[in-house]
Amino acid sequence: MATQEQRTKIVWDYAPAPESPEHVRLRDSYGLFIDGEFTGPSDGTRVESINPATEEPVAEVAFAGPGDIRRAVQAARAAQPGWAALSGLERGKYLFRVARLMQERARELAVVESMDGGKPIRESRDVDVPLAAAHFFHYAGWADKLSYGMGGRAVEPLGVAAQIVPWNFPLLMAAWKLAPALACGNTAVLKPAETTPVTALLLAEIIQEAELPPGVVQIVPGDGAAGSALVREPDIDKVAFTGSTAVGKDIQAALAGRGIPLTLELGGKSANIVFEDAALDQAVEGIVNGIFFNQGHVCCAGSRLLIQESVAETVISKLWDRMGRLRLGDPLDKNTDVGAINSREQLDRITALVASGEEEGALRRSVACELPDRGYWFAPTLFTDVAPAHRIAAEEIFGPVVSVLTFRTQAEAIEKANSTPYGLAAGIWTDKGSKAFEVAAALQAGVVWQNTYNKFDPSAAFGGYKESGFGREGGMSGLRPYLRVAS
Amino acid sequence: MSERLPVRKTYKLFIGGSFVRSESGRYDRIAGGAGGGVNIPRGSRKDVRDAVAAARKASGGWAARTAYNRGQILYRFAEALESRAADIGAERDDVEASIDVLVHYAGWTDKLQPVLGGINPVAAPFLSFSVPEPTGVVGIVAPDAPPLLGLVAELAPALAAGNTVIAVLSGERPLPGLDLGEVLGIADVPGGVVNLLSGRRDELAPALAGHHAVNAIVDASGAADLAAAIDKLAAESVTRARHPAPATSYAEATADPLSRLEGLTELKTAWHPVGA
Repeated sequence: MATQEQRTKIVWDYAPAPESPEHVRLRDSYGLFIDGEFTGPSDGTRVESINPATEEPVAEVAFAGPGDIRRAVQAARAAQPGWAALSGLERGKYLFRVARLMQERARELAVVESMDGGKPIRESRDVDVPLAAAHFFHYAGWADKLSYGMGGRAVEPLGVAAQIVPWNFPLLMAAWKLAPALACGNTAVLKPAETTPVTALLLAEIIQEAELPPGVVQIVPGDGAAGSALVREPDIDKVAFTGSTAVGKDIQAALAGRGIPLTLELGGKSANIVFEDAALDQAVEGIVNGIFFNQGHVCCAGSRLLIQESVAETVISKLWDRMGRLRLGDPLDKNTDVGAINSREQLDRITALVASGEEEGALRRSVACELPDRGYWFAPTLFTDVAPAHRIAAEEIFGPVVSVLTFRTQAEAIEKANSTPYGLAAGIWTDKGSKAFEVAAALQAGVVWQNTYNKFDPSAAFGGYKESGFGREGGMSGLRPYLRVAS
Repeated sequence: MSERLPVRKTYKLFIGGSFVRSESGRYDRIAGGAGGGVNIPRGSRKDVRDAVAAARKASGGWAARTAYNRGQILYRFAEALESRAADIGAERDDVEASIDVLVHYAGWTDKLQPVLGGINPVAAPFLSFSVPEPTGVVGIVAPDAPPLLGLVAELAPALAAGNTVIAVLSGERPLPGLDLGEVLGIADVPGGVVNLLSGRRDELAPALAGHHAVNAIVDASGAADLAAAIDKLAAESVTRARHPAPATSYAEATADPLSRLEGLTELKTAWHPVGA
């Protein structure tokens, strides 16, 4: 081990390459976006949104109280018949405008996303923002073709959609929720996550600039209480939630007996399976992308690494080497691979789970990198000697921590991959095509990446099996949750 | 010469392809049958657990069959029901509509994938495709009426989509549902793919909805208080819950077959690199 630990201390010096925040036009304070206007909270509060890399405020943001939530739902209700009465083409044109404005303001959105959430600018610039714009572009084109996407059935919108998004991909998740809902003729009340509301408010500005009719979109930041109030509002017709399985279950129970359609995109403990016949260097890159992308704050992160015994030592050694070259630090630096942990609370959760891994007897290795003095950070971490019953092998950590398990046969790999209540995603690494497709078919997971990981596209369905949720987002199947079949 | 003494039927639960008494030993006396009244087993929570275990065991094999094969078995089920129509303790209309519903869904098995799935035109060099797969183990709560069609309208799409089923039969008229077990036995439907339970709905349906190995529950009972209880229990393990109105005719059972089918499937998206 000694030689390996030394090797991790090799530092490749890069000149700092910070993305300039100068073109960012942030207001000091943002209101709630209700009925086409930014308004002050009536019974809510004002909270500073914190940059997790510096612990400095990004902007002050209004948090909605229950009265504000009610007001937002009423505005959405009032606007819905008019929005649904527009021709599909006209609704689509509004959404195309939003997509275009997002592209125009892409650089600004990317910088703010990295400031508010801590993710590396390379990710917000190359993944989050372009994909968010692409989602609007994709669903804009569906707005006048809805029945084609529904097997030829005559369809109608549900009405008012209540949507709650998480903090790991704040703008992208807002786009995943809003674009299909609006294309289908629904109006929406979207609640961004407590720690990352700012880019959703920039999206509200874009919606204003695109001149969407007032009330079509409400954006109401707030904490868990605001989300809880939103799903309990009497006058909603749809709930869509992305977040933890625990909160998803609460929402499902809260809607019991109400007959309100629900989409849940919840947690995961996804298996990334490396077979002995894989291209190992390529697999190591995929493992790194699978678990360290966005600091592991990814519901489909490849957090359970299953390696075939015959190559386990080699893969672990290569992975540990590669981990030593990851650059952790300033999210706005274009060379950064691993940014800041999203919040103090999340850092505490990761720290506690990692401690449990050590206590339960797994072998922990964390990259010996210098962590900045301020902000929330966690060094990329690898666990070996992991038993399936360990908490780090069973529970979602949602951080840059990968747990390695091994297997001997393909059947054992499938059995281990499936033996979890979750079923969101999986990765398969093998150079044998027939094996890749056979294993993919046997995995209980909504997304299976073969010789790749963490790929997303607006035309491709995304969503979970089992306790990872139900309903799909993306593509044709993403329309279904926002439409009813006309009777 | 005295008249021949008829051989009466002993009604049993249908679990794992076998006809069994309730493990609880309980029964209910209901009107009907040749003797003016018959005993039917009053299933228990333990029977529900046994039936779920049987359905779970049969799940992988049933899902792995080709769509063509599942279609043939469902059609065989329709043939067997037609030939036994006179032996089912239900009205002729009810049986005939049920047969036609089975034929309709038999034809869906190999249409579901082209209608719901396809190749995704992703903006990167990958072959990305989405295909519907069975949700897994499905609990069905049948309505009181119509006693056979109300069950078959939910059973047929669940099977066509590749799921295995545990059904709680009509509380008022369980005999047609119990008779259906005998038809399943001669229709090449593998043991455990369909499990049929008679008993008190208020006892069995919650046990089914709260079972963590049940992936989806279709409650066609039309009972509002039961719907809320089922939803709450379903939330414990993110079980998919639907509450369709009882189908009272062939037309109603097949008015929107796709919604019945897609509600019991999971779309899987696979990505494979193209080129280097």
